[in-house]
Amino acid sequence: MTDPFASGRLPGAFTTPGSSSFTEFVGRVSPQLLPGGRSLPVGASIDAPHGTTIVAVEYAGGVLLAGDRRATMGNLIANRDMEKVFAADEYAVVGIAGTAGLAVELVKLYQVELEHYEKIEGTLMSVEGKANRLASMIRANLGMAMQGLAVVPLFAGYDLDEGAGRIYSYDVTGGCYREHDHHSVGSGSIFARGSLKKLWRPGQDEATAVRNAVEALYDAADDDSATGGPDLGRRIWPTLAVVDEAGARFLGDDVLAQVVEQVVAGRQGNPGGAR
Amino acid sequence: MSMPFYVSPEQLMKDKADYARKGIARGRSVVVLGYDKGIAFVAENPQSLRKISEIYDRIAFAAVGMYYEFENLRVAGIRYADLRGYSYDRSDVSARGLANAYAQTLGTVFTQEPKPYEIELVVAEVGEDEEHDQIYRLTYDGSVADQHGYVVMGGTIGQAEELLQSRWRPGLSLGEGLSLAVEALALDPAGGPSRELEPRQLEVAVLDRQRPRRTFRRIGGQLLADLLDSASPVHDAPQTDGPPGHHDLLTGDRPVAPHAGSAAGAEPDDGDPSTPGSARPGNPQGREDELRRPEPGDDTPAG
Repeated sequence: MTDPFASGRLPGAFTTPGSSSFTEFVGRVSPQLLPGGRSLPVGASIDAPHGTTIVAVEYAGGVLLAGDRRATMGNLIANRDMEKVFAADEYAVVGIAGTAGLAVELVKLYQVELEHYEKIEGTLMSVEGKANRLASMIRANLGMAMQGLAVVPLFAGYDLDEGAGRIYSYDVTGGCYREHDHHSVGSGSIFARGSLKKLWRPGQDEATAVRNAVEALYDAADDDSATGGPDLGRRIWPTLAVVDEAGARFLGDDVLAQVVEQVVAGRQGNPGGAR
Repeated sequence: MSMPFYVSPEQLMKDKADYARKGIARGRSVVVLGYDKGIAFVAENPQSLRKISEIYDRIAFAAVGMYYEFENLRVAGIRYADLRGYSYDRSDVSARGLANAYAQTLGTVFTQEPKPYEIELVVAEVGEDEEHDQIYRLTYDGSVADQHGYVVMGGTIGQAEELLQSRWRPGLSLGEGLSLAVEALALDPAGGPSRELEPRQLEVAVLDRQRPRRTFRRIGGQLLADLLDSASPVHDAPQTDGPPGHHDLLTGDRPVAPHAGSAAGAEPDDGDPSTPGSARPGNPQGREDELRRPEPGDDTPAG
């Protein structure tokens, strides 16, 4: 393992003309820094914390991404306030389900990847380009995924040309799929998806979308032990990021507290949320 | 057997230096100067081939001379900063480290290769306050100078330097700083009348110390014209950006109004995005502060 900064002078690889991809550059200079750059002994398995349910919802003029805060390790709760939704750049957010350590590392690399491209090229990457970059990074992790350390992200971005939000989902082999209206990943996703199917309306506004996302997470937590429910006692709220023409931003705790309290109140005496 | 020509090391270095200086003198100048809220970069450069660039959160780069040579170093600098920030932490990337790496590179090329780089460059880092701003000027032979307040580099800079020396002071507003820089760039080296530089002939950018995280912003459009116009009330870069697009460009267009149906939806939009009242509910500081960006790994268990 060599330190590329050891010589003082910028090493040849730094001044070699190449692509504007940071991942490719790191792969040449310090491959050990890449998430997929390590190998596990065959047959080995480790119990690492997992992140669980992420939901994405399109609305008029944007898209949002929300995640619960629970990380589990087997049947234990490893963390109650984990962040699983991250800003990828000004107009994109990414949520992660799967092995937490790897997923977080992957997101960090992805953030640098997008920023690096933007600085070198002097222009923003298209939303399709961003989704595809993420796919190729998942693909590079296939070896780890086959040994049980899978990372399954959910990507939401704002398309500046179309003026609308877009959702992309992935599988462990790096397949990248455009989703419409709403989507969810993680162990609680089947319940969240069912919930969103019934709640989602075309052309709904941001406030409705936020509430629907929180309801979907509530339903996921209701039936999936690995998804954290609303933690009113500790005042821990889901992470919720919206992306619209003004860019990506996270909703504040005060806004989320209000929505969560409304949803919980609405479920009193009506736990299934029947309408 | 023929005898090789003997050239003394002094002569060799002097020839290389003369060659590099001549190359640099052919290009147009760049001015870098500190103002009350950051560091400004001004180049006379109407083309899309840029002389000024973002390197990292608080670090920017400006260069004059042979384009392909400084472009190569610019990309290397971004790679250096991103790799360092990725493998250590964002706060471990410094202008001083980058300036050292550039100096070593330029020095090695100057002494070991037949043709020296015909470039001069500035690496600047905006600090918490004016005291802590850092501006490093690097020349073709790898020498580094730690500059205070302002730098002018490129073609014929004598008069421009004198002007900046007599007129630059700490605490200039952005408008005053840019006007001074443009005045310096417009001087005629032959002593004739100054040229008129239109905003569209300029490439202007700032490192704005008030911004969180990425502080680099380009300034163009009406905003640049207003800043250079002493009659205009605009003296400062706005904190809210204009219409959707590349986040690093400020044009002075009206920022996007928050959506009517936002999450809590109760607060009316008073139509003036510069007042805190129109910011989204739950965000008294305005949009910039709301972009809380959790860095992965902050709060998560090790995998």
